[in-house]
Amino acid sequence: MSTEDSLDGRWRLHPQVALRPERFGALAYHFGSRRLSFLKSRRLLEVVEGLEAAPDVSAACRAAGVPEAELPSYRRALATLAETDMIVPAEAPA
Amino acid sequence: MKLVEEFELGLEAPICITWELTYACNLACVHCLSSSGRRDPRELTTAEAKGVIEELERMQVFYVNIGGGEPTVRKDFWELLDHAAEHGVGVKFSTNGSRIDAAAAARLAASDYVDVQVSIDGATAAVNDAVRGPGSFETALGALEHLAAAGFQQPKISVVVTRHNAGQLDEFKAIADRYGAQLRITRLRPSGRGADVWDELHPSADQQRSLYTWLLEHGEEVLTGDSFFHLSAYGEALPGLNLCGAGRVVCLIDPVGDVYACPFAIHDEFLAGNVREPRGFEGVWRDSELFTELRRPQSGGACESCGHYDACRGGCMAAKFFTGLPLDGPDPECALGHGEALLAARGADTAIPAPAVDHSRVKPARLRPPAKVCDENPLADFLAVAGPAPRGAAA
Repeated sequence: MSTEDSLDGRWRLHPQVALRPERFGALAYHFGSRRLSFLKSRRLLEVVEGLEAAPDVSAACRAAGVPEAELPSYRRALATLAETDMIVPAEAPA
Repeated sequence: MKLVEEFELGLEAPICITWELTYACNLACVHCLSSSGRRDPRELTTAEAKGVIEELERMQVFYVNIGGGEPTVRKDFWELLDHAAEHGVGVKFSTNGSRIDAAAAARLAASDYVDVQVSIDGATAAVNDAVRGPGSFETALGALEHLAAAGFQQPKISVVVTRHNAGQLDEFKAIADRYGAQLRITRLRPSGRGADVWDELHPSADQQRSLYTWLLEHGEEVLTGDSFFHLSAYGEALPGLNLCGAGRVVCLIDPVGDVYACPFAIHDEFLAGNVREPRGFEGVWRDSELFTELRRPQSGGACESCGHYDACRGGCMAAKFFTGLPLDGPDPECALGHGEALLAARGADTAIPAPAVDHSRVKPARLRPPAKVCDENPLADFLAVAGPAPRGAAA
């Protein structure tokens, strides 16, 4: 199980996860675990979509325009997504 | 804004969509919420059904709950399953298990995109078969055995809670554990033929209270389709979405392509359109008058002054509608007992809406030959079909 402390390095969306933008943010569905999650803001959606292109999660947050003061709460949201395998380390095999 | 409030304003596409593929069924469960039995000749063709799947893909509906009737009796069932997988639409289908033999189980086990839900409504043959018909318990367990033998990962066992099985929850859990399945428990709705048996089959207030406690104890390991959100008024919220999702996050496509606000509301009042219209399913979902109306802020009516309204949101629209209660008042099974009082106060003049469509099979007329040939009303068959299903039609 991942925690916030192990969010090092490059991350990406799990290859079996699909995102659907919604007014409030997005739905994320994992076709493997059949788990549905909610991304509670459009900015978080942008962060998740930009993960793979960024060297680490903090850089992905900054690229999506997340203010420094809000970084911790975005890292917490990403940790939750990591715990349920919605996002995975980019190095890991698909 | 809380997520629940966002959901009440509607989504770009449904989260949970039920698609009844056929009204045909080899069983005749007394509480069938779609009054299934006979195939409807206007059923969507294979090409039309594939078109719906492609639309769901475009709308990014991640998965669809397929039911019926008994969906596996459609000749193109497997073809449609393959089509959904090819288009990235996951399928969970409900079945009575009668067609899940070893070969079908092996085929299902080989797909990542299919989940199977086998229905039983009693943890013993006696309790189950009284509702679902003779032999149906054994048939369902046979299907679960085939699935387990084929290595199918965690099928679901789906149970509708009734007065007669509410005391069997631990036994249901044991059956699920025995087959490596996950238990799913849902609410008995007074919809379809369910309206005929709801009074005698719906759980008592004490049973509801025990059910609530049991569900809290078991948390997310037991699925509920979020169907007991009205019980959240007992105190702590149950896991899942605690709201009526009708037309907002949920809808039903019936076998002839009609789109209803939810699977428990097959009635003209909740009919939004048809997938055969030029605007298609997507247009019906996004723009239909009914769904637009449902996504406006709703009045809690009599419930708004209740301290528990935030927890139960007034309960289930369909349950109120088909018991003749006002839609902006308490659920007939309101945890605080307000529904019971309203049910008791219904008079002979209370209009209780009948289901819009009824595909129940009736016993062949030759079983009761007319005394004289000319006594037979030429419309007898038609009238029998259009009328309410006889009680105990399970056999």
